Amino acid sequence: MADLTLTGLSKVYPGGVRAVDDLDLSVVDGEFFALLGPSGCGKTTLLRTIAGLETPTTGRLSIGDRDVTGLSPGRRDVAMVFQDYALFPHMTVQDNIAYPLRIRGVGRAQRHDQAAQTAAGLSLSTLLERRPAELSGGQQQRAALARAIVSRPALFLFDEPLSNLDARLRLEARTFLKRLQRDLGVTTVFVTHDQAEALALADRIAVMEAGRIRQLGTPKQVFHRPANLFVASFIGSTPMNLLPGTVAGESVRIPGGAVRIPAAARGLVTDGDEVVFGVRPEYLTLSGEPAGGAIAGTVAIVEDLGTASLVSVEVGDVTVAVTVPEGAEPDIGADGWLTPAPGRALLYRAGAGDLIAAPAADAPAEPAAAP
Amino acid sequence: MATATSPPPDLAVAPEPEPPATRRAAPTDVAGLGRGRAVAFVAPALALIAAFLVFPAVWTLYLGLTNYRLTGKAAKAPELVGVDNYTNALSDGRFHNALGLTLLFVFGSAIIGQTILGFTLAWTLRTARGWVRGLVEALVLLAWILPSSVVAFLWIAFLDRDSGTLNAILGTSGKAWLVNHPMASLIVFNTWHGTAFSLLLFGAALRTVPPSQLEAARLVGASTFALLRDVVFPHVRGHLLTNTLLISLWTFNDFTPYLITAGGPERHSETLPVYIYNTAIFDGQLGYGAAISLLMLLINLVIAMFYLRLLRERR
Amino acid sequence: MTRLDPAVRRALARIGFYTFIAAITAFFALPMLWLVSAPFDATPGLTPSWPDFSLKNFRALRDNPYALRSLWNSVLIAGGSAVLAVVCGALAAYSLSRVRIPGRDGLLYVLLLLSSIVTGTAAMVPIFLLMFQLNLIDSRAGVVLVLTGGLLPAAIFILKDFMDATPRSYEESARVFGASPLQILRHIVVPIVRPGLATIAVWAVVNVWGNFLIPFILLLNPDKQPAAVVMRTFYTEGGQPNLALISTFSLAYSVPVVVMYLFVNRRYGFRFHGGIKS
Repeated sequence: MADLTLTGLSKVYPGGVRAVDDLDLSVVDGEFFALLGPSGCGKTTLLRTIAGLETPTTGRLSIGDRDVTGLSPGRRDVAMVFQDYALFPHMTVQDNIAYPLRIRGVGRAQRHDQAAQTAAGLSLSTLLERRPAELSGGQQQRAALARAIVSRPALFLFDEPLSNLDARLRLEARTFLKRLQRDLGVTTVFVTHDQAEALALADRIAVMEAGRIRQLGTPKQVFHRPANLFVASFIGSTPMNLLPGTVAGESVRIPGGAVRIPAAARGLVTDGDEVVFGVRPEYLTLSGEPAGGAIAGTVAIVEDLGTASLVSVEVGDVTVAVTVPEGAEPDIGADGWLTPAPGRALLYRAGAGDLIAAPAADAPAEPAAAP
Repeated sequence: MATATSPPPDLAVAPEPEPPATRRAAPTDVAGLGRGRAVAFVAPALALIAAFLVFPAVWTLYLGLTNYRLTGKAAKAPELVGVDNYTNALSDGRFHNALGLTLLFVFGSAIIGQTILGFTLAWTLRTARGWVRGLVEALVLLAWILPSSVVAFLWIAFLDRDSGTLNAILGTSGKAWLVNHPMASLIVFNTWHGTAFSLLLFGAALRTVPPSQLEAARLVGASTFALLRDVVFPHVRGHLLTNTLLISLWTFNDFTPYLITAGGPERHSETLPVYIYNTAIFDGQLGYGAAISLLMLLINLVIAMFYLRLLRERR
Repeated sequence: MTRLDPAVRRALARIGFYTFIAAITAFFALPMLWLVSAPFDATPGLTPSWPDFSLKNFRALRDNPYALRSLWNSVLIAGGSAVLAVVCGALAAYSLSRVRIPGRDGLLYVLLLLSSIVTGTAAMVPIFLLMFQLNLIDSRAGVVLVLTGGLLPAAIFILKDFMDATPRSYEESARVFGASPLQILRHIVVPIVRPGLATIAVWAVVNVWGNFLIPFILLLNPDKQPAAVVMRTFYTEGGQPNLALISTFSLAYSVPVVVMYLFVNRRYGFRFHGGIKS
């Protein structure tokens, strides 16, 4: 149990590739922390650097109150679960789980006992004599977790813990993982490219791009107030609508009409500013009647999502997506007026992409996202 | 040695250049060996290779310039004789004989014999019934893996003048094949001995020809010849070239003729490997033998580089 | 020329096919028939004939002072070369696979080139002289060293490929759990690559078993010569060749390598004979 602090961490590869770029981060003791981003953003490099499998070019790393920057991986008191679980194929499940103890010199009887205990907590007791190849995906994952748990580390590191499981299994495993981490209370950092996973599991998320953290916050913060266009377009199972426009008085002129400037942005923009108006499909209402402050367009496509439908509305030469509840599906070709829900629209600066808003009351107290 | 009688293994697995690091490069030194230990791990292998591959090759350069002998004055105090060995070789009829015979051997048994027979078998067996194919492949393979001393005797017996099987079948009892037609015998022998490799290689190559292309051609009425020329050949052309180079290299260095004819009668089958043995080891002219060896090394070098370059292009 | 009826054409084609196959089968089988008939024939001649079945020829193996000993020498030399090639090759392959040594790719390319160029035939003169100067003539250990040197480039290449294909996450996982490099090698790497090591060992034995030239020029004492060399003396000595001895000896000498070859072939298929990777 410990917290994790990264200061000024950079990892530069020969050839100039900056996998991790001058990063500062603090993970609180007991926190379930997510590193989220598209492939190539540096999240896995960062995780491996924390583990000690990569050495940082500059910067410092501490776990608890120990500076571990120069320490080899085995001495950092971390446990890592790899994407492919890395269960040793030639050892039984029991030997696999007991392996960290074997390295520490624990006697055979004792370490087998401990392994069996840990395995029991993860419903693996009947599988102890099997080889990893004989286990299902979910069982392999639990075995890998057991091996990480048995060493009682200060920090857990998970590299894409759910991506090797079938879609069905993934949801079960997600709930399981969340409960496990809460019960164990061990500080956990995990890497994922799946934003839904990060939102569901994490206490806090660092959204990364090209080696830098673009936003650091709780799932709610990251979902409701993405700090920039990158985060806005990355988070959310249905992509946020991002409409380029120009400020004119109290409104933003966008294709299809004009919308009111979001309350948070009032006073921070001037006439003529190029901006991007962002609103999630879930936060728009589609009506067949004209409405004030609405965007006008024509219904083009209706996609059935089960309990709702995703409707694509053509507005000028852009398409705006809106979700409508079941039973309210419009006809193709019908006119539609889209009204943003109050307080749910966001305004971004065109070009730089930053959110135009005063720092909110619920902003994180820790150092804000690196620009 | 990468034995002259047995083919060296997978030369086709040429080293690939590192893929460009789009994300992070593949992790290195995952066990934490460190540079020092890593070098220590490579050292024994490199030492053996340096001592028994590199050093002899390089030393040949020097030895070829001396008049080293096993016995006599030149054994104790070899002198540098410069390029004398080479000029002697070039004017030595026996050397020309050996070189010519070797080229004939390579051309006849490798370039013509094994390649054509290997390809023909691979092509014909494609459509053969399972057991027929299994039987033929097993026999051809067996001819390749039996030790060279054994197959040498099998052919000596086969070609025997009085009680050899060949004469019994052809009814030509009394015909001494190895005495009267040594090179022809050796060429047929080596074709028999080495076809397996070409068979396997072309078999694999033919499997990469998309069956749909063959069928499309057949549907428009192409004859077998046209099929081979227009559909098959373009696919296997690269394999054909690399295969030919490889087996030429092996055949060029093959010492097995010694086991059958020992160069006789009267040097009529003294290929270059046999010639080197006879002059250098048997007669003891080590300096001169080294000079010829250098020529062999250079020829090997040319063929091998050609082969590896072709392989890299094909990737 | 009139076009033949397709059915006739097909029939002719099939006749042609089977004639060809029969001819090929005869071509390849005939010289080998002697090997399976003569050892069991009470009165072996040079032509294979239906054996007058008897096992007494095998007694010749026991009676000849060099026969069984030479087979043992073959075992020693082939086994020694295999062990040395596997150990040195595996260490080098692991290092080259896992650690970024400068010039690694160039080194591999050069090694491959070397092993194709410096064949036994091309290097027999300097090898002979080298061993002479090192006082290793007439030494089976010397033969092992030379042959291992020739096997290593290819062995390293194949083993490195094998190691490259083994995921690094096992070693990393062990490392994060605190295992030292030697523990990682012992606990994790060796058990996982063991099948590859076994295959290379067998491949090495198969390659060395039939090697004639190197033991021929380096070993003088018939007590130390392997089967490849001794076999030849059986049929080049003056007088009538002892067919009972030659036939049984050939069989005894051939069977092990055929069996081992089948083993390698089943495990790794064509890959080991060079050529196309499947």
